[in-house]
Amino acid sequence: MPNSPQILAEAYRLRDLFATQGVQVIEADVLQSAETLLDLYGEDIRARAYVTSDPLRGEMVLRPDFTVPVVQMHMQSHADPARYAYAGKVFRKQENDETRANEYMQVGYEVFDGKNPAATDAEVFAMIADALAGLPVRAATGDIGILTAAVHGLRTSDARKAALLRHIWRPHRFKSLLKRYASGNMPAKRSALLAAADPFADAGPDIGMRRRSEVEARIAALRADAQEPPISADEVMLIDAILDLRETMPNVLSHLRDIVVDMPAIAHAVARMEARASALDARGVDVDNLDFEGSYGRSSLEYYDGFVFGFYATARPDLPPVATGGRYDALTARLGEGRAVPAVGGVIRPDLALGIK
Amino acid sequence: MEKTFDWFGSRGVTLRKSGSDREYAGEVSGIEGIELVLLSAGEIPRELAAGNIHLGVTGSDLVREKLANWDSQVGELALMGFGGADLIIAVPQAWVDVDTLDDLDAAAAAFRAKHGFRMRIATKYHRLVREFLREQGVADYQLIDSQGATEGTVKNETAEAIADITSTGETLRANGLKILDDGLIHASQATLFRGRRMDWTDEQRKTLKALQMVLGI
Repeated sequence: MPNSPQILAEAYRLRDLFATQGVQVIEADVLQSAETLLDLYGEDIRARAYVTSDPLRGEMVLRPDFTVPVVQMHMQSHADPARYAYAGKVFRKQENDETRANEYMQVGYEVFDGKNPAATDAEVFAMIADALAGLPVRAATGDIGILTAAVHGLRTSDARKAALLRHIWRPHRFKSLLKRYASGNMPAKRSALLAAADPFADAGPDIGMRRRSEVEARIAALRADAQEPPISADEVMLIDAILDLRETMPNVLSHLRDIVVDMPAIAHAVARMEARASALDARGVDVDNLDFEGSYGRSSLEYYDGFVFGFYATARPDLPPVATGGRYDALTARLGEGRAVPAVGGVIRPDLALGIK
Repeated sequence: MEKTFDWFGSRGVTLRKSGSDREYAGEVSGIEGIELVLLSAGEIPRELAAGNIHLGVTGSDLVREKLANWDSQVGELALMGFGGADLIIAVPQAWVDVDTLDDLDAAAAAFRAKHGFRMRIATKYHRLVREFLREQGVADYQLIDSQGATEGTVKNETAEAIADITSTGETLRANGLKILDDGLIHASQATLFRGRRMDWTDEQRKTLKALQMVLGI
């Protein structure tokens, strides 16, 4: 029963725990405009959220989380810095596992404050950790900023970097792109296309909204890409080394310092991670035993682009995470119409927290 | 329907429509305890899952599209070897730069940047197409619902690409479209299914066993 009176009581207890001085308690509409969410998350949102239609407002979505409405609210308020706490139901379609709840409470804490990212990362993590204190959970952390910095630092064209960055959240395609860029091989059909005197000799009729000029532009891009030397095996090894990191935070930091020698581009991201580790330590988090995974947070739907974390029930690996969170600076940039505000937040599922007590 | 009747007939079970052509009921001979109902292929997955019918013949594409976790709701008893059709992704032949999903993904990114909206793929197989493209890591597309004449949507500029069922590809070619090399989502054929959720009585289980014996499946 994900919505019993006990769960509601637990949700409001946790929210009030978050609502310390200077924190605004907020509400959000259950029905959200589908357009924003579809634009952000694409077709996958239809598999995850309930999309419904309104005769006047068009497609609407039952909120699948609070992040987007909270960001929108914050961007309109122009308050800076700001801290928010909330508790409310979210709605998720469960296409493959009917034992998972499709309507459950979420309690969240979000911080919009650009002054000291390491300190705010640590603040949100510690708030969630303290709220779960005493429960049999283990924390996992990651940092998508390290991988992003590593891609930016590759010795390859901007087009290739952009293609890789676009697929940070799709590990499968990321891997196959990286492999292709490193191989220097070209599919036979593409070599034939680039060698053809007139690539459009056997083309059918020009139909559809993707015009001939767009096809020509891509052929030009493919031609330029064909001149590009392969990404070196050393660089691929460094990316793989980052993705395969899976140890305690101090050990990972020591590996990363080694990687920085060969890949100076990640130095800034690693420094941020070090600052975060100190800030976590200052908050009383047991950093020496905190797990870090190089690939953590990459397969989620969210727009996390820096620090990411989750808390898992130690005795119940079958359960979804009891709490999750992370930094989403890029999301505020997308929703802020040119204005970006560094933001980090986390949510707890009170039903799961109660269930493992 | 004819081919289904032939399939059963050649295995010793005769199916025929009863009464007038407008009646959607039938008769079964060659085995006891089975009643025949005629339903449209699209309704059969739901009726099987709901337990309103015990066995059903329909396309494997329809079962996968209409039922979440289809294999926990129904079981395949026999692939019947006819009604073959492939669910595929097709794009205009004029896209000489696009032969694979990798190309489609790159074209979709550029299309979104230029036109300000995600590349539209017209289909009626939303679940199958979405799951396939998610697995393959294709981004920046959206699905547009098309319940018929899907191959015409590109010419009409209501979609940039399509995902549809084809058996020979002839209609696609006639409409200036081509199939992606790795764009096969599902190879469908007529299949005999059993529902899993129904509380079958012992007698019904025995009847199914007997039927499987006669059919040799």
